[in-house]
Amino acid sequence: MIPEYNTMEMMICAAARNLEDGKTVAVGTGAPCAAAMLAQKTVSPNLVILFEAGGLAPTLPRMPISVGDSRTFFRGLAASGMIETMTTAARGMVDYAFLGGAQIDKYGNINSTVVGDYYKPKVRFPGSGGANDLGSFCWRTIIMTPHAKSRFVEKVSFNTTPGYLTGPGAREEAGLPPGSGPYKIITDLAVLGFDEQSKIMMIESVHPGVEVDKVRENTGFDIIVPDFIKKTPPPSDTELKILRGEVDPLRLIIGR
Amino acid sequence: MDVLEQGVNPVFMDPDPDKAREFFAKKSRAMTDKRMTEKEAVEKFIPDGSYLGIGGFGAIRIPTAVIHEILRARRKNLGFFGHTSTHDFQLLCAGHCFKRLDVAYIVGLEARGLSPNARRYMESGEVEVCEWTNYALAVRLKAAAEGVSFGIIRSMLGTDTFKMSGAKVIECPFTGKKYAAVPAIWPDVAVIHVHEADIYGNCHIRGITVADLELARAAKHLIITAERLVGNLEIRIRPTRTVIPYYLVDAVVESPFGSYPGNMPYMYYSDEAHLNQWLEVEKDPAEFEKFLEKYIYGVSCFEEYLELCGGLRKLKELQALEMLVDK
Repeated sequence: MIPEYNTMEMMICAAARNLEDGKTVAVGTGAPCAAAMLAQKTVSPNLVILFEAGGLAPTLPRMPISVGDSRTFFRGLAASGMIETMTTAARGMVDYAFLGGAQIDKYGNINSTVVGDYYKPKVRFPGSGGANDLGSFCWRTIIMTPHAKSRFVEKVSFNTTPGYLTGPGAREEAGLPPGSGPYKIITDLAVLGFDEQSKIMMIESVHPGVEVDKVRENTGFDIIVPDFIKKTPPPSDTELKILRGEVDPLRLIIGR
Repeated sequence: MDVLEQGVNPVFMDPDPDKAREFFAKKSRAMTDKRMTEKEAVEKFIPDGSYLGIGGFGAIRIPTAVIHEILRARRKNLGFFGHTSTHDFQLLCAGHCFKRLDVAYIVGLEARGLSPNARRYMESGEVEVCEWTNYALAVRLKAAAEGVSFGIIRSMLGTDTFKMSGAKVIECPFTGKKYAAVPAIWPDVAVIHVHEADIYGNCHIRGITVADLELARAAKHLIITAERLVGNLEIRIRPTRTVIPYYLVDAVVESPFGSYPGNMPYMYYSDEAHLNQWLEVEKDPAEFEKFLEKYIYGVSCFEEYLELCGGLRKLKELQALEMLVDK
């Protein structure tokens, strides 16, 4: 029997399964943090979590509200600062960056800065924060975002955080470290990846009950649809039990 | 060295290290009693038009008491260093205090949502802006602390974040690799909240230091607010814990619960209900004005604000939450 679950739980489980054991991950608060915590308690017990403000490998007692709050270094290995975390990523020791964003395009570029004219914006968002740095430095960037046509656009109106920029070779040409870049996008409909050759976003697996057409309809550009598309396995009983009981018992994230 | 590309927005502060050295040459090294009130510190070190940096992480270990005083003193035309700023930024927007802004993270309060009033202020087009990243701003401080005119980073490249910055792309003279050069910044004044300080300004911080070690060394003037003051002997018996030495410091303000409604690691957690109240009331500008009158402009000091927010009873709750006493 497939257990009952909501889309946020599906997203967190799908994201957690992409975090390999023994690797390092820089996370934001909310869903990415929940996914990293779930991964630690399931597939990746030796996953090391870093927070950009300086928290290293906390024994997370509760979901942090901020990437700098005291939970992010609670019984951790170190409490340092921005320079320590970012230089660790810059010299190639952080495997995954886990980001969100208002808009994303077919090359995985993210906008979290403005909509409309930069100098008199229609909407002003926070800006890069540490996202541009993590998306530049970490080997693999994973992005969690709701799937909607307004969010998945042909070209972001403001490129805050680099994906593959304008296509193959563009990151290297700009001076970004070779071999880094967007890796997976986890949405409420599917897990997306990037085509090796063209660096354009492609569908990897669709979540249970989701048709490929629905993903296409909710994407504002021609997403690559391979002949064979897997089904994302639904959250298992074990995943749900840990997610609900240990990772987010107050339902701060999964109750959204 | 050739400049391959450059951002279009202004660099607000002069990155000349020799001018900074001239300033620091004259800065006092005397170990004197630097105690004063928030009000005196703002009066003396944060005049209209100065460029300000705030320590901590937006709603963690922030000098809220001094920021309230900046609003009450009706400071205007400040420059602001928008590095990981959240509730501090929200407060300065409420007072329309700044006109020039270096941006890495503004407007949002992380997972809590965006500040409607900060958005209105930023969307008005009144504020001169320049875009950066958190690391870029930390490196700008680090370069200033090192007494050089720029730092180099390997992020920002290829993006609009770079285009809308004041950074420049340069080529490495050794390897030919491209880097973003970011100018050193010596803020006129910084305010940092710490756990303990002596009357001279020697400071202890517990937990993450964010970019405060760099900020303290880059700022021309430094105001320290401390949860508690300790005797100089306390500093001398644990010298390895001194993260900010006295000679960087111009003012020491005793400020218990001074980071409220923000979090103070190992002492009290953030007051999420009150922070949400801010976000909620900001939706209606008229209501927000009344709110500001009640909580900021209509009170004479930070202690009164703490009283209005629930006083010792509330603070005890936040201490229990921080210490996880129920776990």
